[in-house]
Amino acid sequence: MNKVFPSTEEALADLEDGATIAIAGFFFAGVPRVLLEAIVAKGVKNLVLACGCGALTGAPEERAQLVRNRQIRKLIDSYPFYRSATKGMEDPLEQAVRAGEIEVEIYPMGTLAEKYRAAGAGIPAFYTPTGVGSPVEERVISNSPVPAVSKESRMFDERQYILELALHTDFAFVHAYQGDSEGNLRYRKTANNFNHVMATAGRITIAEVENLVKPGEIPPDEIHTPGIYVQRVLKVPRPEYKIAFG
Amino acid sequence: MIALRTSKEIRDGSYVNLGIGIPTLISDWIQGRDIVLQSEIGMLKTGPLAFGEEVDQDLINASCQAVTELRGASYFDIFESFNMIRGGHIDVVVVGAYQGGGKGDCAVSSNCARGMGAIGGIGGSMDLCAGTTNLFIAMEHTTRDGEPRIVRELTYPATARGKVRMVFTDLAVIEVTPPGLILKEVFPGLSPEDIQSVTEPVLIVAEDLKEMEL
Repeated sequence: MNKVFPSTEEALADLEDGATIAIAGFFFAGVPRVLLEAIVAKGVKNLVLACGCGALTGAPEERAQLVRNRQIRKLIDSYPFYRSATKGMEDPLEQAVRAGEIEVEIYPMGTLAEKYRAAGAGIPAFYTPTGVGSPVEERVISNSPVPAVSKESRMFDERQYILELALHTDFAFVHAYQGDSEGNLRYRKTANNFNHVMATAGRITIAEVENLVKPGEIPPDEIHTPGIYVQRVLKVPRPEYKIAFG
Repeated sequence: MIALRTSKEIRDGSYVNLGIGIPTLISDWIQGRDIVLQSEIGMLKTGPLAFGEEVDQDLINASCQAVTELRGASYFDIFESFNMIRGGHIDVVVVGAYQGGGKGDCAVSSNCARGMGAIGGIGGSMDLCAGTTNLFIAMEHTTRDGEPRIVRELTYPATARGKVRMVFTDLAVIEVTPPGLILKEVFPGLSPEDIQSVTEPVLIVAEDLKEMEL
């Protein structure tokens, strides 16, 4: 199979307004920056961006442009804002959330990881102990003016668990150190984080890879994401950035 | 100093996750000990912070700091990481809380301070608190204005309830038990009354109360 696309425009030809896109990355590590730039360039609107842990915080220019262009309808994440309250008050994304212009849904990180995994695994819902006794137990943490549906919970072995649902997405944007034309991916160190689970959860997974290699060059037992989960591959340069978080 | 005292409570052979804030300082005190740090981004045997030439942009911890790896380290994805966390495989979790409640509750996020209610970052805090059997809080005893952080009922959104085992502060070491909070150690020169005056729930003074050894 040859899944390699010659350009981001061609790889995103069927990306339309209103799409739900999983964006991998944990702050600065493993963020699909080129694909984020491409969303900005294409100008698609009303997007639901389903992140894991602050991927947009790791792509500050793209984050600022997406907000300025009003392309984001909803953001799903476990940690979407800057840690510093002062920096947060000045942050256009946070301001847009406060003003109700961007909807947010916040989940505990482990719950979010499991939502993507369950989607990829064909499991519609799961019980987790995480969040029992916290605001997360009753309903989704959200700034939506429409009250969210209450969550179900039940007891197993005299301990309470919350029912959470799988999160399928139309697209998944992932970033890998190495990829081949079959879509096999290998990540580097902590740059895997959400990439693998999101690759399994997206109906169409697009992988930007720093090193495009021939099939067989990644040793078979060193492949992190088998190509079955990946529909499109793009060669991109290795990103250069400074790790700076506030 | 809070980090130093907390580090003494962690046994050799433990797998540990350190939350952001004061707990990250514990990593300085456990260097050379047989303790493995788990990083929720997907790593075991996280080493000290990386500087200059050592910085690898693909190697960060959950606080987004560049770190190093120790020999015997392993990398894995976010699903595997929370498998370890939620599945109870981490022996000790130390969180830097904003408040600790009398019955073992804790509030780890400062979302209230930004006026957005419960909207704010959660990260891995809830999973970490829910999954471990040894949850420690390492925090300052009072706020900057001198208000107690150990309270009867949390006023910040709860991260977890009934899970905290030990609280380490700059003034005291407190054990959380079903009958109540037991004051085990005090900062040298302080009396139990001093500690009680800045703590909301009534403290049970341990019979073997002693001064912190630092």
